Amino acid sequence: MKLSYEQVKHIAWLARLGLSEAEVEKFSLQLSNILENFDILKQIDTTNVPPATHSIPLQNVFREDEAAKSYPQSEVLANAPRQEESCFKVQPILE
Amino acid sequence: MDYETVIGLEVHAQLLTKSKMFCSCGTDYVSAPPNTHVCPICLGMPGVLPVINKKAVEYTVMTALALNCTIPKSTKFDRKNYCYPDLMKGYQISQYDAPIGRQGWLTISSNGSKKRINITRVHLEEDVSKLWHREDYSLIDVNRSGVPLMEIVSEPEISSPEEARDYLVMLHTILRYLGVSTCNMEEGSFRCDANVSIRPKGSSKLLAKVEVKNMNSFKAVYQAMEYESKRQRSVLEKGGELVQETRGWVDEKGITVSQRGKEYADDYRYFPEPDLPPLVFDKAWIEKIRAKLPELPEARKERFMAQYGLPLYDANILTGSRTLADYFESCLELMDKGKAKLIRNWLLGDFSRLLNATNTDIETTQVSPEHLVEMLNLVDKGTISGPAAKAVFEEMFYSGKRASAIVTEKKLSQISDATKVREMVKKVIANNAKAVSDYKSGKQQALTFITGQVMRTTRGRANPSLVKEILIQELGGKKIA
Repeated sequence: MKLSYEQVKHIAWLARLGLSEAEVEKFSLQLSNILENFDILKQIDTTNVPPATHSIPLQNVFREDEAAKSYPQSEVLANAPRQEESCFKVQPILE
Repeated sequence: MDYETVIGLEVHAQLLTKSKMFCSCGTDYVSAPPNTHVCPICLGMPGVLPVINKKAVEYTVMTALALNCTIPKSTKFDRKNYCYPDLMKGYQISQYDAPIGRQGWLTISSNGSKKRINITRVHLEEDVSKLWHREDYSLIDVNRSGVPLMEIVSEPEISSPEEARDYLVMLHTILRYLGVSTCNMEEGSFRCDANVSIRPKGSSKLLAKVEVKNMNSFKAVYQAMEYESKRQRSVLEKGGELVQETRGWVDEKGITVSQRGKEYADDYRYFPEPDLPPLVFDKAWIEKIRAKLPELPEARKERFMAQYGLPLYDANILTGSRTLADYFESCLELMDKGKAKLIRNWLLGDFSRLLNATNTDIETTQVSPEHLVEMLNLVDKGTISGPAAKAVFEEMFYSGKRASAIVTEKKLSQISDATKVREMVKKVIANNAKAVSDYKSGKQQALTFITGQVMRTTRGRANPSLVKEILIQELGGKKIA
């Protein structure tokens, strides 16, 4: 199954990536290759296998509801490229 | 053409846990400076591992049970991917196809008739950061991000603004009874979005679905629903076409405005959260949570009516908050059950008046049920008069002192000595010749006036029935019924 030009553009948009026409073509092939591998996996008969969402045999991993100290504000903001009024400053968000 | 309104409500309630959903940051962020309740986990740093808050799951299960939902044997969390900076990770941990509760219902009473509103799902997710939009940039405070958030979705079965409000009030009351959320609408711990559409009466096909956001009070929800169902009808009547869109409620103007069209279906690319192993519910644990469920508002209301002979209106108010209902019943445990109406009168009368005047809550009042009952017993024994009781209660309310102490301190004990009362009655009669002659010429109100004068001279301490009795004797025994 080959991904269409529109599908690749849509996926790129969801990830907020700007792709050139050449890149769309390139990734269309690469992504299609990945999907083809899933087609191979699909050939396995899983009729009697319950669906799994996780690959490790763990369940019910909880923590008790106890609050602990958070990080100092200065450390929280240490990696922020831009900050103002102790907040992260980002580009204007348009709905 | 005749149209009917169809409303579905989506409620988000923050859970009343001490720590966040997936990390140990505290949840008491409301008045904290920005970015002080934050750690690498809620900041979405690479390589961190979220761990599920057990209490949050317990609260969600409890809510699902209270809303008559089915709890699955197992459930899981999913990543909801979207591009908006209110979550640092770039996705929200939520639940997609395996919510903790599904197919429940709650009962509302609108205009005196009961209606069951089905609940589609109850699921658990994390709250998002707070954003402030400035002219050409936005600011992010991550404090709220990661606070446990429960989402409760109703079926589109609500058919009027009244029903929408009644549904919300009922849900709000139930969550407060369960103690799982503060449900503070002003602080945003109880939020509501609505899907509103109209359709030709009797048709099953909905026209364009409009999502309304930004309603911050029960009143706003009512008004927004009313506005929106009228607006949609008028668009059609004018020959226009309805579009699927998101609209925001503007409280000051009382209107909704279009925020964005829904040209594309949302594309959240949900997938199972690989960092969180699935939950498998132990039946014993679920039953343990079920056993903790309190008597819910609807059941309690009906019991109040049957057990204490209260009218629907009173039972409704008294069971409107669990604290008030508990207070009422604590008083009755200390008194004769036949005193239900007396307690009701105090709670809904003077007590409510003082709580309103001071903008306080019965939860934090200084007057305990024991103290109130002690005061009522003083009235019963004749130690203080009814009017003096009001003054005593007010003093109790403000100072936290007990009634007996106030009575001694302020010399408020009732005057039931007939000689003393007669003396005062005579004095008042002598000073109110006009009222006396009015009374003698048949004016009934005059007696009330003279009684009032006697009570006034004693600052409410005279025994009112004794005053009346002696007054009538002194005025010549002419008793007016």
